[in-house]
Amino acid sequence: MYQYIARRLALTIPVVIGVSIIVFGIIRLIPGDPARAIAGVNATPQFIEQVRVRYALDQPVYIQYGNFVVNFMQGDLGNSVFSGRAVTTEIGERFPRTMLLATIALVIATIIGVSAGIVSATRRNSIFDNASMLVALVGVAAPVFWMALMLQLLFAVQLSVLPATGIGTIQHLILPSLTLGTASAALMARITRSSMLDVLRQDFITTARSKGLPERVIVYKHALKNALIPVVTVLGLQFGILLGGAVLTETVFAWPGVGRLLVDAILRRDYPVVQGTVMLLALLFVLINLVVDIIYAFLDPRIHYQSGSGE
Amino acid sequence: MQMRNTDMSSIISADKSSAAELSETHEAMATSKRTSEFAEVFRHLLRNRAAVVGLFIIGGFIAASIFAPLLSTHDPLDTVLSNRLQGPSSEYILGTDELGRDLFSRMLYGGRISLSIGLISVLIGVSVGVPIGAISGYFGGKLDILTQRFIDIMIAFPGILLAIVVVTVLGVGVQNVMIATGVASIPVYARLVRGSVLAVKEQSYVAAAHAAGLGHARIIFRQIVPNCLAPIIVQSTFQIATSILWAAGLGFLGLGAQAPTPEWGSILSNGRAYIRTAHHVTTFPGLAILFMVLGFNLVGDGLRDALDPKTR
Repeated sequence: MYQYIARRLALTIPVVIGVSIIVFGIIRLIPGDPARAIAGVNATPQFIEQVRVRYALDQPVYIQYGNFVVNFMQGDLGNSVFSGRAVTTEIGERFPRTMLLATIALVIATIIGVSAGIVSATRRNSIFDNASMLVALVGVAAPVFWMALMLQLLFAVQLSVLPATGIGTIQHLILPSLTLGTASAALMARITRSSMLDVLRQDFITTARSKGLPERVIVYKHALKNALIPVVTVLGLQFGILLGGAVLTETVFAWPGVGRLLVDAILRRDYPVVQGTVMLLALLFVLINLVVDIIYAFLDPRIHYQSGSGE
Repeated sequence: MQMRNTDMSSIISADKSSAAELSETHEAMATSKRTSEFAEVFRHLLRNRAAVVGLFIIGGFIAASIFAPLLSTHDPLDTVLSNRLQGPSSEYILGTDELGRDLFSRMLYGGRISLSIGLISVLIGVSVGVPIGAISGYFGGKLDILTQRFIDIMIAFPGILLAIVVVTVLGVGVQNVMIATGVASIPVYARLVRGSVLAVKEQSYVAAAHAAGLGHARIIFRQIVPNCLAPIIVQSTFQIATSILWAAGLGFLGLGAQAPTPEWGSILSNGRAYIRTAHHVTTFPGLAILFMVLGFNLVGDGLRDALDPKTR
């Protein structure tokens, strides 16, 4: 087990390096002068020269990359072209809000998705099953930003029971997290259902039934534990997708998180901020996947160090 | 792998020419088998009610896109400011947008954009991802490890984020959105095909092909990849849906199609400001995206069942 974890950790290193190269590359791949890209479109020639010296942009690329990594390790991601503040400060302020939103969305998605999936599986082909699977299909297909606007229209404009945009109170959280969680809930309902149906067909369930155990015990004690293994894997992936989806949801709800920061930064050509947010979101996702894989290894005894290729 | 192939061929290649014949026959048989297989899969698909609904939805959108010039009631770019933000009427079937353009006509042309983005991005994903996955799985070893780490890096950018990174570098516009969503789908195909190749390459007909002295390229693309087609087709159907959603998201964020291109995501985004007074500008494009994505997902589900010998 520990060897598996060590192997899995080792596999993370090249990914982290690769992510840093891509993020480093963003500014170098944009057509034009990287110094101008970092300094901003309206920067004076003097300031552009200052930036060129500060980031050693006149040096060979590998030295630039080395500097980038060293600066990153020291928490220096440069300054925002737009606000002039440190990128880490900008991100530091907004990151907790995105995490809050994504976490609540994930909790909502898990509660709704898993319970709908269980009920659908145990009452297969019932009205509930068909209805919830239809809702799940629509939930996966609906664009998240459209869903956001429709919920705004209904609850904020027509019913006036919830605020349309902004932050501050619990009420402000409801619509954004509900929107963000919809697609995940739908997906989790479908996965839980099919995983549950698979498990319910297996021999040990038949054995449990023949022992005369109550159906409730069979479903919630025997089957659920096994059926949730694929759900846990998807959970990590979903958290990543939620972080990506936050880009869209935060834009609609004027939620000042990192997703909105990223979009604004791209539109304003504020490349240091783009680099910082992309780096943060990618590294966070790598970390989440690492944690999920390790949890998965504890949950599924079939995985051990010999077969642990990390895939 | 190379070692084992030589062992295999020493056993099988007692008569090398017959192995070559066998391999040729396999290819020929595979072609004729595939046609009847296709008919069988299609029959199975037509028995699936949800998939038929999906086919109708997709067919409807394709027809609407092809015949957009005939069906549209107005020029999609024609602005009549005095008629801005009107609700649906007999003159404007779905109403007008913030510049007085006919929403119905704009959405017809928008369907063309969404469908072509979906198709082209999948073409990009398949044509890059499939060879990467096939070669990686077939040769194994260091090459495989290297490719896998590279794919890991691409997967580290969750969901729409990889597409956003590509658009940041390439710039906005429909063409770049196609490339961005296509690039974002490469790791999906590479992973999928690698897995299938690992399973297929142990089959006896691959050993026979080796024994017959067929080149690696021919074995990979004529023998192995055709036998991994089922998962590729299923994934592509879902991937079209995902790419359409991503592209609409990019358009919504202002990172996709630019004005005055009638792309659904950007139409919807422009209508946002008027949602209190004229929500039709937001509602209808969103419904169009929803149904198009739903159509591809339904067909994808159906294809997955139809191509899976277990559920047939």
